[in-house]
Amino acid sequence: MATTLADDLRPLHHPHSWVTRYVWSQDHKVIAIQYSVTAISIGLVALTLSALMRLQLGFPGVFPAIQPDNYLQFVSMHGMIMVVYLLTALLLGGFGNYLIPLMIGARDMVFPFVNMLSFWFYLLSVIVLVVGFFVPGGPTGAGWTLYPPQAISEGTPGHQWGIATMLVSLAIFVVAFTMGGLNYVTTVLQARTRGMTLMRMPLSVWGIFTASVMGLLAFPALFVAAIMMLFDHFAGTSFFMPMMQSMGRVTPTEGGSPLLFQHLFWFFGHPEVYIVALPAFGIVSDLISVHARRNIFGYRMMVWAITIIGALSFLVWAHHMYVSGMNPYFGFFFATSTLIIAIPTAIKVYNWLLTLWRGDIHLRVPMLFAIAFIFTFIHGGLSGLFLGNVSVDVPLSDTFFVVAHFHMVMGVSPVLVIFGAIYHWYPKITGRMWNETLGKLHFWITFLGAYAIFLPMHYLGILGVPRRYYALGETGFIPESVHLANEWISIAALIVFAGQSLFFVNMIWSLFKGPRADPNPWGAASLEWLTPQTPPAHGNWGAKLPVVYRWAYDYSVPGAPRDFIPQTEPRA
Amino acid sequence: MPIAVAITVLVVASVAFHLFSPWWRTPIASNWGSIDSALDVTLWICAAAFILLNLFMAWALVRYRHRPGHRAHYEPENASLEKRLTVWTAIGIAGMLAPGLAAWGKYVSVPKEAALVEAVGQQWNWSFRYPGPDGVLGAASVKYITPDNQLGLDPLDPFGRDDLLVESGDLHLPVGKPVKVVLRSKDVLHDFYVPEFRAKMDLVPGIVTYFWLTPTRTGTFDILCAELCGTGHHEMRGKVVIEPPKDFAKWQSEQTSFSQILAEAPPAAMSILLLKANACTVPASWSNR
Repeated sequence: MATTLADDLRPLHHPHSWVTRYVWSQDHKVIAIQYSVTAISIGLVALTLSALMRLQLGFPGVFPAIQPDNYLQFVSMHGMIMVVYLLTALLLGGFGNYLIPLMIGARDMVFPFVNMLSFWFYLLSVIVLVVGFFVPGGPTGAGWTLYPPQAISEGTPGHQWGIATMLVSLAIFVVAFTMGGLNYVTTVLQARTRGMTLMRMPLSVWGIFTASVMGLLAFPALFVAAIMMLFDHFAGTSFFMPMMQSMGRVTPTEGGSPLLFQHLFWFFGHPEVYIVALPAFGIVSDLISVHARRNIFGYRMMVWAITIIGALSFLVWAHHMYVSGMNPYFGFFFATSTLIIAIPTAIKVYNWLLTLWRGDIHLRVPMLFAIAFIFTFIHGGLSGLFLGNVSVDVPLSDTFFVVAHFHMVMGVSPVLVIFGAIYHWYPKITGRMWNETLGKLHFWITFLGAYAIFLPMHYLGILGVPRRYYALGETGFIPESVHLANEWISIAALIVFAGQSLFFVNMIWSLFKGPRADPNPWGAASLEWLTPQTPPAHGNWGAKLPVVYRWAYDYSVPGAPRDFIPQTEPRA
Repeated sequence: MPIAVAITVLVVASVAFHLFSPWWRTPIASNWGSIDSALDVTLWICAAAFILLNLFMAWALVRYRHRPGHRAHYEPENASLEKRLTVWTAIGIAGMLAPGLAAWGKYVSVPKEAALVEAVGQQWNWSFRYPGPDGVLGAASVKYITPDNQLGLDPLDPFGRDDLLVESGDLHLPVGKPVKVVLRSKDVLHDFYVPEFRAKMDLVPGIVTYFWLTPTRTGTFDILCAELCGTGHHEMRGKVVIEPPKDFAKWQSEQTSFSQILAEAPPAAMSILLLKANACTVPASWSNR
């Protein structure tokens, strides 16, 4: 049995005023909401940037305000914000904070004060990031990968100040993440309630837990890369800078290696993909199980798959670098390790499908998003095999195929899970229910629209259309029809962009006017639905902590009176 | 059941899109058909998985939809089913990995008889260099660059004297002859990319990278930069002309060699050029040989 915190409520720092309750709060639920609102707000900036990019690509020349410089700035900031400041922050800082203590039966995170600091450092990193838009020269336009030498040399937008704010912001983000991540890991290991063994935890917790461990190991690589590049930029070192020319002049740098940065970046960057994906895998497993009224299929295999994917993801980073100029013999190893990781990933997909199989499927809005996730994730996972398969990657790398692949697998897929999760837990978080019609409309526009955007891009990539191009210009192999495709894609993108307003209208309207929600509207078995109050009060559990007797997936157990048995119900 | 219908329609539409959309690989112009076949094998295996898994899902959504009185089946796991699925997945993965690795094996083994040509990238254009009659590219470094020595050849390296320089012109290659393309960047990262060749490789300042190919049909093709290199990235274009060996030889005989450039340089330019070389030091880079 795991060690538990005492039932005693006194150690909790109860808030004494509005400020300590909602601003300098140490309550994991308030911090979760602070994280989520900040992440979604900055995510809206990134979404707007993508709309601007699509305006340029779909209608080149129609918007003279979009020039090559700011186009590249849109590309770079869109990518970085989406991956780090939206997805990582929302899935771990948002969902991790909200769900971990509630799902494992704890009163709070084990270090509430550090948890609060984590959010404020995150907010600071977002502010520094936003400052980058207003410094002389604007934000960096080096691509979200920030590859040197170009990130800090002339010819790249924001090479002077934009890159500096970006790197400083990332370093602060890593500090924030480290404080949060240590909390999530320690809380899962130390603060589970009586009876909550590791193998009884919901998969959401497993996904978030494994992702946090990975983050603690991967983010330091980004941190040192950022610091080293800051030194190259401001202190005259040459970590990443070889002897080279910059706009016709020989630079004073010598002997540095641009490839070293790429290794550091992707040693962080590839695990980062799974830092985003694993929480989404975990959450979607729970959504599917609850709404299909069936136990998650192959729970133990799912846990193993999560941990194996987590471990293997540290051995595949150089598949981003097949044509980078590194020793080409590395390609054999990294292609093999990359394709091996497809096996545990495929097992997860099978088990989601086998959970639907022989289920009792309720097609509510969260479930629709979960099903759409399975579809887009199958698509994005399979296209990843093309890019992992070394020689197949050669013609496809740096084309729209890559853009299509990673948007499908780590853009659209996790975002669909996030929407599903918000619809799923909204009644618990706010105590109110959202509007079903608006939710469904939002779902259909998002799902079908996103597929319409990204399916054709794969084919443009196979044709050879390169990514990060401001304009395609006169290029022999690109037929007129590609320009037409770009127009359609942009129109679909703008529709999806506009469609997101339905989500915000629904969420904000329901917050005030939505009908009161049942404490457990979906009939879920996991602990977070069993709190004495909805929304849960500070301390979560009232006088006594819950005691757990079974796993989180006792749905439709033969002979049981209802089609679910809460985790707190003793075994007969 | 709109979602089951939608999944089915999307599967059918994706297949139809694949069959009827006008966008597919450009007609190949190199020996890298093995890359195309590895892509095809990967595609067929992935397409089968995509269709099967999604249609299974659509079927399950209809078959096991909620109806009054219906109850889900309780079955925590089924080890033998999971084992069988794992094995089949592993077989599928091995089936696509094998041709992928086999093609890569060829990609990394440059034939001994391959001719040599160098592509030099800078923001935002391409230049090229041929080794001349000795078949050896002379040493080069950005530190030797002067207005008369834009590619930075070491003026003291005898192997560089007969090198032929094509600055901001077209690259010419003879059809049917393997060629090793060595890549050098003067400033930032670039990537030498000709869609019809399938092959590509980054240019990395500070090191020399390479790939090889055998052009298989004549024609003129676009060279693009495929690694973001700043504001002018999308305008960094060049042309490669694949022609019969006879035409190639004729074209090559019209190109300027480094020694011609040295001979024509005015004395003042020549002294700057030699000053850069700092006659007391050993030529720095022999790596291109």
